[in-house]
Amino acid sequence: MDILSQLIGGFAVALQPMNLFWALIGCALGTAVGVLPGIGPALTIALLMPITAQVAPASAFIMFAGILYGALYGGSTTSILLNTPGESGAVMTALEGNRMARNGRGAAALATAAIGSFVAGTIGTLALTFLAPSIAELAFVFGPEDYFALMVLSFTSVAVVMGRSMVRGFTALFFGLALGTIGIDTQTGQTRMVFGTLELLDGVSFTVVLVSLFAIGEALYVASRSGTVPAAINPLAGGSWMTRQDWARSWKPWLRGSVIGFPIGALPAGGTEIPTFLSYALERRLSKHPKEFGHGAIEGVAGPEAANNAAAAGILVPLLTLGLPSTATAAVLLAAFQNYGLQPGPMLFATNPDLLWGLIASLYIGNLILLVLNLPLVGIWVRLLLIPRHYIYGGIVVFALVGVWGLSTSWMDLLLMCGLGLIGYVARVYDFPIAPVLIGLILGPQAEIQLRRALAVSQGDWGVLVSTPIATMLLSIALVVLVVPPILARLRSRPKTEPAISTG
Amino acid sequence: MLRRLMTTGALALVLSTGMAIAEPAKVMIPANPGGGWDGAGRHTMAAFAQSKIFTDGASFTNKGGAAGTIGLAEFVRTSKGDDNALLVTGVIMVGGVITNQTPVSLKDTTPLLRLTNEYNAIAVPANSPIKTPQDFIAAMKADPGALSVGGGSAGGADHVMLALLAKHAGAPVAKINFVSFSGGEILAALGGGKIKAAISGASEFRQFAETGRIRIIAVSGPTRVDGLNAPTLKESGIPVEIGNWRGFVGAPGMSEAAKKTWLERFAKLHQTPVWKETLKTQGWEDAYLPGDQFAAFLKAEDASWSSALKEVGILK
Repeated sequence: MDILSQLIGGFAVALQPMNLFWALIGCALGTAVGVLPGIGPALTIALLMPITAQVAPASAFIMFAGILYGALYGGSTTSILLNTPGESGAVMTALEGNRMARNGRGAAALATAAIGSFVAGTIGTLALTFLAPSIAELAFVFGPEDYFALMVLSFTSVAVVMGRSMVRGFTALFFGLALGTIGIDTQTGQTRMVFGTLELLDGVSFTVVLVSLFAIGEALYVASRSGTVPAAINPLAGGSWMTRQDWARSWKPWLRGSVIGFPIGALPAGGTEIPTFLSYALERRLSKHPKEFGHGAIEGVAGPEAANNAAAAGILVPLLTLGLPSTATAAVLLAAFQNYGLQPGPMLFATNPDLLWGLIASLYIGNLILLVLNLPLVGIWVRLLLIPRHYIYGGIVVFALVGVWGLSTSWMDLLLMCGLGLIGYVARVYDFPIAPVLIGLILGPQAEIQLRRALAVSQGDWGVLVSTPIATMLLSIALVVLVVPPILARLRSRPKTEPAISTG
Repeated sequence: MLRRLMTTGALALVLSTGMAIAEPAKVMIPANPGGGWDGAGRHTMAAFAQSKIFTDGASFTNKGGAAGTIGLAEFVRTSKGDDNALLVTGVIMVGGVITNQTPVSLKDTTPLLRLTNEYNAIAVPANSPIKTPQDFIAAMKADPGALSVGGGSAGGADHVMLALLAKHAGAPVAKINFVSFSGGEILAALGGGKIKAAISGASEFRQFAETGRIRIIAVSGPTRVDGLNAPTLKESGIPVEIGNWRGFVGAPGMSEAAKKTWLERFAKLHQTPVWKETLKTQGWEDAYLPGDQFAAFLKAEDASWSSALKEVGILK
C-alpha cells in the first residue's frame, strides 16, 4: 500500500505538463536513435548530459528514461525490414521478423514488436515498482559459476538456430567463437591471435561483424541475384495489421519474454542479448507451428522483442536500488545522478522520493507514449519495402561503410568489413546460418571469463561448476535441452524421416 | 553493449553536419562503466561544465580491459592529432603497458597532467572472519591460494599491492590468487561472498560499506580516509603503500596550442570550489601535477614500476 501511495505521488510529478513534454521529447529521440543502427541510448544520453546543468533532475531523468525505452522500440525496425539489426539485442528479431517482411507480413511483425515492447516494458516497470529490492539481491546470489551455467544454457539453446545442417551451424558458431578470442586477454593481459597488429589488439568490434555479415552479405546477395529475382513483393500482401491469429500467437511469447528478460537484465553481467537467445529458443520449442520457424513465425519476433524490453527495465533495478551500473546506459544514468549530487541506492528512496517515484511513474507514461507514437509509424515504415531492392541495398552499403568508418576511423575495420561481408555472402549462397556467428562472438568471451574466474576462485577444482543450486539447475536444463529432443525425435520418427528446417 | 558507446564519432559526425555547435571533448575512458577511471573522466568533465570553464560538453567512450591498454591502443589508433581528444590514464595503465608489453605506450600520447590520487582499500564480505589487516596477512600466510582476492586488471596496482602483501606475509608470490574484474561487477561478487576479499579504490567501496554489505579492513595510504572507519596498512605494521593516481593525456600529436589551452583549463578548474567539492565527495586526494613535471613523473613511474613488477615476480 505504501508503494502504491508513493507511486501515485510519482504520477503527480510525472504528469505535470512540463515533465510530459520532456517525456515526449525523450521518446521521440529514443525511437530515432533506435532506428539508426550503431547509435544507442547510452551515447545519446551521454551527449545530452550537459542539460543536467539547466534542467530539474526529475525532468531530465524522465527524458532519459524515454530515450532508454524508445531506443528499444525503434531498434527492431531495421532488423525486420532490412535484415540489418542495429544492435545486439535485435539479432534474434531479424531471424523471423525479416522472413515475415519478405512474405508481406512486415506490418504484423512491426506491430507485434511494438506491442510486445509495450507489454514487456509495462510488466518490467511493474516488477521494478514492486519487486526491485528483492530482485536486486540476485546480483549477490549469482557468482561466476552461475553466469557460466547461464552461458552454457544459452549455447545449447543455440542449436535451434543452427539451420539446415549441424555441420554448417557449428562451423558458424566456431567461427564466431574464434573471432571472439582475438585481442588482449583481460585475465592475463596476454595478446591472442593479433599477429602483431595494433589494430587487432582491441578485438574485432561486434558492430563491424554485425553490419558486415548481415548488411554487406545481404547486399552482395541481392546484387548477385538482381537479374533473376522477381519483382518486389507487395509489402502489404499479408494484410496491413495483426490478424486475430497473430494476436493469439503473440500474447504468450510476450509474457514469457518478459519473465525471462527482467531478471536476467537485473544481473550485473546479464545484458539484453542473452534473454533474446533464450526467448527465441523457448518459443521455437513451445510453438504449435514449429515448421514456420525459419520462414517467418510471429512467435520468434514477439518473444525476443519482449525479452529485450523487459531486460531494459531490469537494468534499472541494480542501478536504482544499489547504485550498481550493469550496462553502459546504466553507467551514464549513474553519472547523471552524480551530476546532481545524488547517489542512487537505498538512501535515495528515503531522501528524494519525488524524483525516484516520478521517474518510475514516467516509465509507465513513456511506454504508453511510445506505443501511440510507434503504431502509426508501422504503416509508413513498411512502405520502405516498396522501394526497389537494389536502391535500398545500395543505400545500406553506403550507410554501413560510413557508419563503420565513423565508429573508429580504422582502415582495418573497413578491410574486415569487406572480408566479413564476402563471408556473409558465401554463407547466404551456401546456406550457412549467420546468427550462430554473432552468438559465438557475444557469448564466447563472456563464458570464458566467467569460467576462468570460477576456476580461479576454486583453485582449479571443476566441481565448482555444479557447486551452487542455480548452476546445477541451469546446467541440468542445458543437458535436457541437448539430449531429450534428439531422443524424442528418434523415437517418434523412426518410420519416416522429417526434413529439418532452415533458419537462414 | 559497450560497443554502442564507441559510436561517439559517428554521432559527432551526424551532429556536426546538422548544426554548427561547439565541439565537445572526446574522452576515452579505458575501463568499463562504473569503475574508478569512469568516475575520474565523468566527474572531471562534469566539474568543467558546472564551473563554466569548459561548457561545450563531452562525449565518453568506454573501452575496458587489460589494465586500460585496450583503451590506450584504441585512443592512439583513432585520435591522432585530435585537439579535443583526451584519455583518462593512471598508474594502472603504466603497469599494464609494462606487463602486457604492448606496442603502444603512454609515450605515444601527449602528457597533460596528474589530477587526483586515491589510495586503495582492502574490503571483505560483511560476514567474513577476516576483521583486521593482520587477519588478512595471516590468512594469506596459511594458504595464499585459498584467499581469492578480486581486483582490476592483471598487473595493475591492485595486483601489485596483493603481491607486496604476500611478500610481507612471507607467502610465495606465485601462489597468490588474484581474480581480475572490470567495472562494477567486483562489488556484486564481493557483496555476495563469491570472492574472499577485494582490493580496489576506497571510493568504489564506500557506498557498499555504508550500507553494510561489505567491510573495509584497511586503506593503503599514509593517512586514514575521512569517513571510512579503517586503519592504514602502515599503522597496522604492514609497510605497503600504494597510491592510485589518475590524470589525463591528450591525443598523439596534439598541437602545442591545444595542449596549452587544456592545461590552462585544468589550472582554472583546480582552483574552483566545484572541484574541491568533487574531490571531497569522491574521496580523492588532490594530486595536481601539470605539464612537463607530469611528463617527468610519468618517466619515473615507468622505471619504478618495471622494477616493482619484476621484484614481485609478475614480470619475468
